[in-house]
Amino acid sequence: MESATGLKVDFNHKITIKELPYIVKWREDRCKRCGQCTAVCPIGAIKPAVKFIRVIESGGDTQKPRPIRRVIHVIEQVNNMENACTDCAMCALVCPNNAIEPEYNPQNKFLFYKNRGGEGYKRGGRRNDPGVSTLDRIKFTRISMLTDPALDAGRHEFRVRSYIGKILPAEELPLKMEGGKLVVDKTKEKFIPPVREIFPIMIGSMSMGSLSPYMWEGLAMGVAYLNEIEKIPVVMCSGEGGFLLVLLKSRYIKYFILQIASGYFGWDSIIHTFPYMTEDPAAIEIKYGQGAKPGDGGLLMAAKVIKLIAEIRGVPKYVDLPSPPTHQTKYSIEKAVMKMIQFMFMAFGFRVPVYPKISGTRTAKAVLNNLARNPYAAALCIDGEDGGTGAAYNVSLDKMGHPIVSNIRKCYLDLVRQGKQNELPLIAAGGIGKRGNLAANTAALIMLGASAVAIGRYILQATADCLGDEYNRCNLCNTGKCPRGIATQDPKLYRRLNPDKVTERVVEVFKSADVKLRKIFAPMGRSIELPRSNKT
Amino acid sequence: MCRLAAITSSKYFSPMENILALETMKEGHDGSGLRLTLKDLKGEFIDLKEYPILSGICSKKGREILDTYMYEKGFKLLHRWSPKIKPVKGINARDFYFAGVYEYPDKWKDKSFEEKEALLLNIRLSLRKLGETDESIFVFSFYPDVITLKEVGDPLQVGEFFGLDKDSLKAKIIFAQGRQNTNYQINLYSCHPFFLQGYCTMTNGENTAFVSIREFLSSRGFPGYMGYNSDSEVFCHILHYCMKRLGYPITYYKDIITPLKWEEIELREDKEALTLIKQSLRQLCIDGPNMVIGFTSDGTTFMVQDAKKLRPGVVGGVKGKYALMSELCGLDKVILDRDKSKDIYPMKYDMVIVSPNAKEVKVWNQLQA
Repeated sequence: MESATGLKVDFNHKITIKELPYIVKWREDRCKRCGQCTAVCPIGAIKPAVKFIRVIESGGDTQKPRPIRRVIHVIEQVNNMENACTDCAMCALVCPNNAIEPEYNPQNKFLFYKNRGGEGYKRGGRRNDPGVSTLDRIKFTRISMLTDPALDAGRHEFRVRSYIGKILPAEELPLKMEGGKLVVDKTKEKFIPPVREIFPIMIGSMSMGSLSPYMWEGLAMGVAYLNEIEKIPVVMCSGEGGFLLVLLKSRYIKYFILQIASGYFGWDSIIHTFPYMTEDPAAIEIKYGQGAKPGDGGLLMAAKVIKLIAEIRGVPKYVDLPSPPTHQTKYSIEKAVMKMIQFMFMAFGFRVPVYPKISGTRTAKAVLNNLARNPYAAALCIDGEDGGTGAAYNVSLDKMGHPIVSNIRKCYLDLVRQGKQNELPLIAAGGIGKRGNLAANTAALIMLGASAVAIGRYILQATADCLGDEYNRCNLCNTGKCPRGIATQDPKLYRRLNPDKVTERVVEVFKSADVKLRKIFAPMGRSIELPRSNKT
Repeated sequence: MCRLAAITSSKYFSPMENILALETMKEGHDGSGLRLTLKDLKGEFIDLKEYPILSGICSKKGREILDTYMYEKGFKLLHRWSPKIKPVKGINARDFYFAGVYEYPDKWKDKSFEEKEALLLNIRLSLRKLGETDESIFVFSFYPDVITLKEVGDPLQVGEFFGLDKDSLKAKIIFAQGRQNTNYQINLYSCHPFFLQGYCTMTNGENTAFVSIREFLSSRGFPGYMGYNSDSEVFCHILHYCMKRLGYPITYYKDIITPLKWEEIELREDKEALTLIKQSLRQLCIDGPNMVIGFTSDGTTFMVQDAKKLRPGVVGGVKGKYALMSELCGLDKVILDRDKSKDIYPMKYDMVIVSPNAKEVKVWNQLQA
């Protein structure tokens, strides 16, 4: 076909809009060409364009139709996979006239093309699987009815709490009788490991580098408020990459779990702050793996390493910070788990629980059995395949990992077989609240054997309106261009977020989760300790 | 909700007293079973107190198996008591109800009592296993000076059926339960009271913490923690675990099943120990609704409530005879002539403890201990 313009037609190696995962619907009749949408788009998926069009118009005295050439201004979607719209819909949010919005295109061929430059597709978020997970299928069927009265979640005393810490079996407690009462026998010099009482939902590890300062501040203030005012002992994990030194020296450190991971980022400054610390942290988490990208390391991209982050981590500004997939000091499980746990225990004077976090895997039971015999291990955190991340290869996110439900149940039943179900708490993570059912998912995992759950993506979604979903919406955390200001170090972006609002939402989320957990446990007749399922 | 009638006395009395008390509480049981546990026996057992008594029910075939087994294990039958069965409409008589007194095998005679207890437990569990599939043998207890009787039916009729009104069988502590079946099917092993190595409990109520407790007890590595045909069996095993395995005093039973809140623990002198116990034994915490009556190996009887007091219970009597009942009418039936103003209705923090031989009754308060 010859083109009318005389230019040669060659559209091969160009993709059509229909290959893109989201098609931007723009309404010319509503648009006032203010340009806000194109300015706000984090990925450059839309651009203003000038078009030259030919229209037939009737005019003049005779009303004779004639062709007219006219210059118009439009908003155009870029048909380039690198700029494929991710449906963050910030354009729709800012548009004063509702003239623009993206629409999901189920026939897209995104993954066929998203490897330009020989680079695999990397993103943030969690596994892209919009189906209903096993966790969401679980229902609670043992309801107290007539033979025993259901408890009243509003009237009866309730205590939805759990522990982190190695709990000694009753047979090993150093107790003796004195005047008809049991007292602790100090002469035995038996080591009693530290134990913390916590609310069974904790905020999982998200580092200060990956989250924006406002986001982190909002979460941290929420956690402090919940503990001090609401008396709900919610703890939050720092993630890898150190901790704000001013917070480290404050009394609030007791609500935080410090994480050490394979990059050891930030630990130099933490160690140097030891002499100035007035309280102990809630616990130490040693990260060996992450459910979202099992067996893979982490990366904080150079753009996020601003002055504050560089200082906390003790590194130069604006350099990529990769954490290796494994701890470089380890060559075996004894070395990795036993020694690291013991080192961390010693470092904190045997006063702080230390536990490892691994990604969900069929070999979790091997780690579990090692920990079950370790006198110091305070818990085992297992992060399932639906866990989130700030940056990972799409293939790791979508195709690697083990579901948390079966992993936690198998580990719990293994502990039951050994009679150690009360000695080593299990913390479940990965996809909790994926479809918004935070309390139900938590209760399900508790019934299956977890002592507590850790949430990440959910709390970002619920408190700071994170846009991501399992249709690969947004998921731009890795680019540093988070349009909500959650996962970015760009002040222009994170100023969009109000840390006070985040705090308010954190408090609301946990208070409502507390009520909903009671509403689940009460009809099952449990109020003081956590219920367990009898399903095998 | 079952009805419970426990009597402890300094004098020997007939189990018919318990059964008549249950009769007054008739609206609360559906005739799905009666079980009696008698401790500190009189009658033909008075001179046989140191020898273990095997209580159970067998078919003809089961009896042969049982006798052969006991013979092979070296147990010599010294005496056998069987109730004089009087046919009662509605109760299907089984072949053979028995309480057999045995002499220990020769090589066990000089062993310690703990070792003998372990042997008795193993024998009972083996016999239970032997007869479980074809229901040819049911064994309920094998312990010195303790007899257990069970049958499905209305308590008064079962009492008549066993001829207890005419029998000389008497004891100083007798526990009886009239069942209200809330299991899916009626099973003889699921009738209270439950007994293990000198410790016995019976309960009215359901146990919503059953799964956690069963998992915990079954994984203690102690062979006696098994069965669990009823969710109330765990109460007996917790008592055994608390007192016999861990060696705690009786009051810690209350602290284990209904632990105090942290701020309440702070008020107790033994707060350090309580903190550790609360953490280590959190799986044994109950949520009710339960009232538990029990006795321990030394003849102490007690009553405790769940932490919300969701079930009734009353203790009353005179010096030398106290009754622990699920309802007041039962108490009135047994000991009418008492100072009713001194009746005790234990509340959520209370443990009512009656000392051996019903000498005195005291209320131990969990908060003020």
